[in-house]
Amino acid sequence: MSDLVIKGGTVVDATGSRTADVAIAAGRIVAVGDDLSGDRTLDAGGCFVTPGLVDLHAHLRQPGNEEAETVESASRAAVLGGFTAVLAMPNTTPAIDSASVVREVQTLGEASLCDIEVAGTITVGRNGEQLSPMGEMADLGVKVFTDNGQGLQDDRLMRRAMEYAGGLGVTLAQHPENESLSEGGHMHEGAMSSVLGIPGIPAEAEELMVMRDVTLCRLTGAKVHFQHLSTAGSIGIVSAAKNSGLSITAEIAPHHFTLTDRCVESYDSLYKVNPPLRTAQDVAAVRLALADSVVDAITSDHAPHEPHLKELPFDEAPCGMIGLETALALAMTELDMDIGALLALLSWQPAAIAGIEHCHGGPIAPGRPANIAVIDPAATWVVSGREMASRSSNTPYEGRELTGRVRHTIVHGEPMVIDGEAQR
Amino acid sequence: MSNHLISIDDLGAEGLTELLDLSDYFLEVSGRRIPKVPVLRGKTIAWLFWEDSTRTRLSFETAAKRLSADTLNFNVSSSSVKKGESLRDTVETIGAMGIDGIVVRHASAGVPRQISQWTDAAIVNAGDGWHEHPTQALLDCYTIRQERGSLAGLRIALVGDIKHSRVARSNVKAFAALGAEVTLVAPPTLLPPTLDGWPVKVTQDMDEACAHADVVYLLRMQLERQEESLIPSLREYTSRFGLTSARARALNPRTLVMHPGPMNRGVEIAGDVPDLANAVVTNQVANGVVTRMAVLYQLLGSGAGLVPELEVERV
Repeated sequence: MSDLVIKGGTVVDATGSRTADVAIAAGRIVAVGDDLSGDRTLDAGGCFVTPGLVDLHAHLRQPGNEEAETVESASRAAVLGGFTAVLAMPNTTPAIDSASVVREVQTLGEASLCDIEVAGTITVGRNGEQLSPMGEMADLGVKVFTDNGQGLQDDRLMRRAMEYAGGLGVTLAQHPENESLSEGGHMHEGAMSSVLGIPGIPAEAEELMVMRDVTLCRLTGAKVHFQHLSTAGSIGIVSAAKNSGLSITAEIAPHHFTLTDRCVESYDSLYKVNPPLRTAQDVAAVRLALADSVVDAITSDHAPHEPHLKELPFDEAPCGMIGLETALALAMTELDMDIGALLALLSWQPAAIAGIEHCHGGPIAPGRPANIAVIDPAATWVVSGREMASRSSNTPYEGRELTGRVRHTIVHGEPMVIDGEAQR
Repeated sequence: MSNHLISIDDLGAEGLTELLDLSDYFLEVSGRRIPKVPVLRGKTIAWLFWEDSTRTRLSFETAAKRLSADTLNFNVSSSSVKKGESLRDTVETIGAMGIDGIVVRHASAGVPRQISQWTDAAIVNAGDGWHEHPTQALLDCYTIRQERGSLAGLRIALVGDIKHSRVARSNVKAFAALGAEVTLVAPPTLLPPTLDGWPVKVTQDMDEACAHADVVYLLRMQLERQEESLIPSLREYTSRFGLTSARARALNPRTLVMHPGPMNRGVEIAGDVPDLANAVVTNQVANGVVTRMAVLYQLLGSGAGLVPELEVERV
């Protein structure tokens, strides 16, 4: 007899799809088949039963900015969005650049609603000058390092970081942005920025760093992951690099396949994000890259900010938007892809990049940890920043109707979301 | 016309012409022995200048006083307001005092539009970053119309740092809306990243542009542009794009020379050029008051039945 049975859904994982019940006991899947029973049943009629989603890119803001978000509040947003594991970005205050801060966030993660994986910085204090003690952090289980929020500018230091990371077997995740080209910019450089009088960030600022890192990846053989690609040019460079056999992966954030720089016309800094919203042509290239498996993951780039900070002048406001609770639904609503292909981008591929494929990303099979999302593809809902679980409400999708909603989320066998309600 | 004047887009050709016509009445008022009418008596206008400005503020202040409005200065640059304070907090504070109009200048593009969502007061943009400076465009159009009767068919050369210029962004829209042909004269480093959709021609040849222009409009050239490597040197800029004495002498005597001020004599305009008969820089300043009277009256006055009302109040 199992603890819990998810009944009547269509199981979808990397191996395909089939109609089956899923039985769970002691945190693991114990059976997948017909007519299973258990102490407790969760209805999944009309729903997909899938490996829990994995987010490679979320800003949890703790330690340091608990007014905007905490690990716990972000984890509640995560499970409501179908995520069972989230990779916490290290641009906190202090930055996650040492074993002690890694431990602090891991401890916070243990009390949260989903698994919190911790990314460490590449350089001390994200200063771009001196390598962080990646080894001591790797010993604590850190598998991804990034100076996210900014790119690592110095060519030689990036080379050294790649070489050193290669020795540890960890992945370097780059926020690709050449600051000598982007400095002073606040939106995509183009026709809109010309009219609005807002200093621009050219697409080439991103593309130059992608090119450099591809070159250094060829030199060092390191595992390199590109964060939030936003331009058609970047995608072209990454596509060619992957075809040449380099160990490169890449992610896309939902706002880069749903919104364009035209949104900035209102000067509403909810639309201010880095990399910036690009043109309709870039959005088309990004969508094609997702459909053609040129990129590996969709990530939330969840970036909560206190409301008053988004009421500053556009050029003074901070970058970023919340996204944990909308990422899946935006993908389901906006991308014309089948659910298996979407889940590859949202679950098992990011799980592999994060190095947690033993625990997350499926398959839905006996013996596997029970990290599961139950998704209702027909449910429609209206985005409301106020109603979301994040402590911040800076969503650019306020009032937008989306199709596809998480019904239940199970983390290590425990239902954290039942019928769209967080259980704690 | 909307409840605000944030961009020339808020006006269109019709709205522009209406304001220019209205300015004629206020020109007449300004010429009286007592240049003051009570049309905005009881109205309160606040100046919200985050960025220093002496000329524009004085011009607006003169306009408001001639209309009998009460004015108050929210002295943001020296008050508690500083970088990092919520615009909303500032504007809601002013709004709570029952202000009818806010004239705003800010170094960041978009601030007038942003604050318009947090107040019922009419917003007048007195310059926002590189974005727009619509009352400057109005006074420039008025000055040209005064000299040449109409802008239709006139060839206007707009010279200099277009990229960083709110004056240029407003003037391109206003000049084009009133039928002028606008040519931008600037090195590519001082042009916006793209001019797609702009109703302009572009040239690097100042002599050629001057030869065909009915108006040569010079923008202020700032020393920082040299430090940012946007131009090799001010000297090279002056020789290629400045209205030197030689270029000024070669102009058709009817060609107007304009500048929004403050001028860098010896850089974009030779020292003696502003004193030439066809230079209308001081007319621009004078017309700033009357066109701003028109704007404030239209946004804050009773609006309908303008002419009779003014006639009555003259009695």
